[in-house]
Amino acid sequence: MSGRETVLGKVRRALAVSGAEAERKAAVDERLANPVAGLIPERGQLEGAARVDLFCKMAEAVQAGVTRVASSDDVPEAIAKFLRQNNLPAEIRLGADDRLAGLPWEKTPNLTRKSGPSDGRDLTGVSHALGGVAETGTLVLHSGSDNPTTLNFLPDTHIVVVAADDIAGDYETVWQRIRTIFGKGVMPRTVNWVTGPSRSADIEQTLLLGAHGPRALQIIVIGGTA
Amino acid sequence: MRITAPAFKENAQNALTDLHLQRALEHVEAGFIHKRAKVVAALPEFDALRDAARDIKNHTLEHLDLYLEAYEKAATKAGGQVHWAETGGDARAIILDICRKAGAKTITKGKSMVSEEININDFLAENGIEPVETDLGEYIIQLRGEPPSHIIAPAVHLTKDQVEADFRRVHTHLDAARDLSESTSLLAEARGVLRDKFLAADVGMTGANFLVAETGTSVIVTNEGNGDLTQVLPRVHIVIASIEKVVPTLEDVSTLLRVLARSATGQDMTVYNTFSTGPRRPGDPDGPEEYHVVILDNGRTAMLGNEFHDMLRCIRCGACMNHCPVYHAIGGHAYGTPYVGPMGAVLAPALFGLDEAANLPNASTFCGRCESVCPMRIPLPKLLRHWREKEFERGLAPATQRWGLGVWAYFAQHPRLYRLSTRLAIGALGWLGKKKGRFRALPLAGGWTRHRDLPAPSSRTFIDQIRDREQ
Repeated sequence: MSGRETVLGKVRRALAVSGAEAERKAAVDERLANPVAGLIPERGQLEGAARVDLFCKMAEAVQAGVTRVASSDDVPEAIAKFLRQNNLPAEIRLGADDRLAGLPWEKTPNLTRKSGPSDGRDLTGVSHALGGVAETGTLVLHSGSDNPTTLNFLPDTHIVVVAADDIAGDYETVWQRIRTIFGKGVMPRTVNWVTGPSRSADIEQTLLLGAHGPRALQIIVIGGTA
Repeated sequence: MRITAPAFKENAQNALTDLHLQRALEHVEAGFIHKRAKVVAALPEFDALRDAARDIKNHTLEHLDLYLEAYEKAATKAGGQVHWAETGGDARAIILDICRKAGAKTITKGKSMVSEEININDFLAENGIEPVETDLGEYIIQLRGEPPSHIIAPAVHLTKDQVEADFRRVHTHLDAARDLSESTSLLAEARGVLRDKFLAADVGMTGANFLVAETGTSVIVTNEGNGDLTQVLPRVHIVIASIEKVVPTLEDVSTLLRVLARSATGQDMTVYNTFSTGPRRPGDPDGPEEYHVVILDNGRTAMLGNEFHDMLRCIRCGACMNHCPVYHAIGGHAYGTPYVGPMGAVLAPALFGLDEAANLPNASTFCGRCESVCPMRIPLPKLLRHWREKEFERGLAPATQRWGLGVWAYFAQHPRLYRLSTRLAIGALGWLGKKKGRFRALPLAGGWTRHRDLPAPSSRTFIDQIRDREQ
């Protein structure tokens, strides 16, 4: 007997079921076919500018930096300014995301852009998030050539661009969007929720930033001001 | 790891006199309890979320066979390869086979308690494959050849000075005169050393906090980002997960993550929650080419559908040990199993046998703090009591304990005799101890009076006092 049959057989014997019970199957099929959101905390259930403000506040509370710009045209200069202020080289690596490619980079001629996944030597990576979650200041990113997953983890500094309109109150709303974009029951290879920069408290329970992932996370929020 | 639970009493004695350990354990109370209390207070729905989390797992466990099948189907559809392992030995063989086919020389590891449970590191090393732990705490204890002492803070038993000494001992390629007096320098050094390992590894292995049946997704939760580098850089990603990790939908996972982060580290949300579904897709510039999931039973089905069923709801947050007075006093190593604290004392007898772990369910004062903070509302004291009953039934308890309980049972079944004898005994003790108010030594109570005085009782029994009051 295969490991599969053995394990499933033991589960069924313990539960005193055969696996063929119509009622149990129907309960499972229904739950998987029509996922229902559970209890969602009130905290993130805000509209418009208030929701974006909460997102920024929660992100800053977990040591992310937040830059707010009025339009996507302002993003290149915001990136250049952030790098300057933090004494970082004017060089970024980014994927093939159309929203990033279409930005007016000519405004920042001194900023060098490299394309593709990170090889582990980049100091700054730039990604465009699929969305954000106001409840906890969480960014939602997904894998693909647009925004390679390695950019989320290897560079010392991670700059993430997110449109205010894509900031939801809760995680459940973002899952619904992912279902709309990719199809029901289909997930991108990787979905990353990112809430602040990398950290560890493994030495004497003292919180330190920059364990293995980025030491700094800078979020650029486009729009959303009242 | 080698199971040393049979030597629990000796281990605990040693722990109590270990000054480094006692200093390090102060951080448990200060670090975890306060942080959790703060985020819980900031979320009015927290207790309702605990109920919801409990209900999700109860529903899943009742339909576990079907959700496992649904998970397998979805994961396979996404290009993943699902393997089933009845025992730790089966899982080790499956993992070694995957590593060999990949021609692996080194394998990086994200933090995984199941991998500790099945002792995969020693096994891989014996077979010529170098396992590298990448979670900072796990890396530190790997350098020391120690097992974890806490399920989410494996090096919580160590002080900064001890970590510095280990780094100096092992990282001999670095400048001996470097300054490591600050924790930040230790972290930076580990980051540098491990960065090279991440980039060189052939296989990356992680655990899974959850498996999602709806989409065939495995979920890991880390603050460091080590689990992500472990799974995104090597050519092959292996996930090792036990059967009870499966949950129905992405919505269900979201509810569980809300209680997990708060209960574990006192964060509103952990820094990185990563949802992985299958290998690299066409057009992906990074990610593993192979994605394997090993689903492990290893004794869990023996807890399903009986008095230990509730334990399978556990999401491994560590809140029970963070709030346990016994854990605070002796730390994790004394338990002598990978799982420690109250959850470990319930799990270990099931996974490693009651003969090995009979001491652990006794390492509890039944104060109930563990149950009061458990996000999954697992009645831990009740489950510990079930093990104590089994221990007694199977004659594993020491003779004096069995004899004592037998005597007590006889009197308890004869209420008149009980009242008479307690009245006599309490009266005598009260009279004898009237002067000093305490006893420094007492026949048959040496186990108590060796370490502390026994307060003299009032000269009247509880029952008599109640009766007086009612009149």
